[in-house]
Amino acid sequence: MDTRREGEPAATTSRTAVERKSERELVVMRTINGPARIVFEAFTKPELFKRWWVPKSFGLTLLSCELDVRLGGTYRLVFSHNGSEPMAFFGRYIEVTPHSRLVWTNDEGDDGGAVTTVTFEDKAGKTLLVMHDLYPSKEALDAAIASGSTGGMSETLDQLDELVVTLGASFGRT
Amino acid sequence: MVQYTPARLDASFAALSDATRRGVLERLGRSDASITDLAEKFRMTLTGMKKHVGVLERAGLVTTEKVGRVRTCKLGTRRLEQETAWLERYHQVWDSRFDELDKVVEELKRKERIDGHKKRG
Repeated sequence: MDTRREGEPAATTSRTAVERKSERELVVMRTINGPARIVFEAFTKPELFKRWWVPKSFGLTLLSCELDVRLGGTYRLVFSHNGSEPMAFFGRYIEVTPHSRLVWTNDEGDDGGAVTTVTFEDKAGKTLLVMHDLYPSKEALDAAIASGSTGGMSETLDQLDELVVTLGASFGRT
Repeated sequence: MVQYTPARLDASFAALSDATRRGVLERLGRSDASITDLAEKFRMTLTGMKKHVGVLERAGLVTTEKVGRVRTCKLGTRRLEQETAWLERYHQVWDSRFDELDKVVEELKRKERIDGHKKRG
């Protein structure tokens, strides 16, 4: 995925790695400059979580954020984008191991959604954060990619794709 | 990122302008198929189907691979490009998120240090 050209300053190198690990798995990794205990807190306290999960640059508004972080507890995030219909993302925590591991389901889809596993690994005052999404099938991950959904973020390219498809279809009818 | 060049769009539109070719794409969306399968399905000669597949292939909508005597067709590179573009955007989303997370973590660390001093002091 790294398309960085030679000669570009190292500062532009992203510290985040994203990889489609298999037909059903997507992995995001990053080292955070703080102990796992603190990073875990930022994932589990709503007032902290909502400060970073939806960066201002996305043009999204987080209307509500409820996290009941305990085994079997639920979460629910509601977003709106430029005054559009609100979108809800929700699921359940199926594993909560303080400071080291969080597992939640993603239940907003029609059929079985992905299961997200987050691991927090302490490394000399820093935390290696690994977010692992396991989709129920290859088709489910392909569909997520095809739909362009990145969890409710701006979808400019999709709109272009849609335009191309619409133009293609109307061309075909004439 | 995906490049939507005019030439590429022209080729795509031309490829999509034919009902058989749209049918072939739909069929390949379900599973890969050989030229022979496609010719049978669309009641067409092998030569006719090869031409249609050729148009789709030049538009980047289909790729073909010959294994032994069978040429298998599958949905093309655009799908891969779409995936690449999506991963790129997904990457940006996470990068921005983690940049914000860094700030929150820094703040919590600072707060902890101050609280620690207070307790000791």
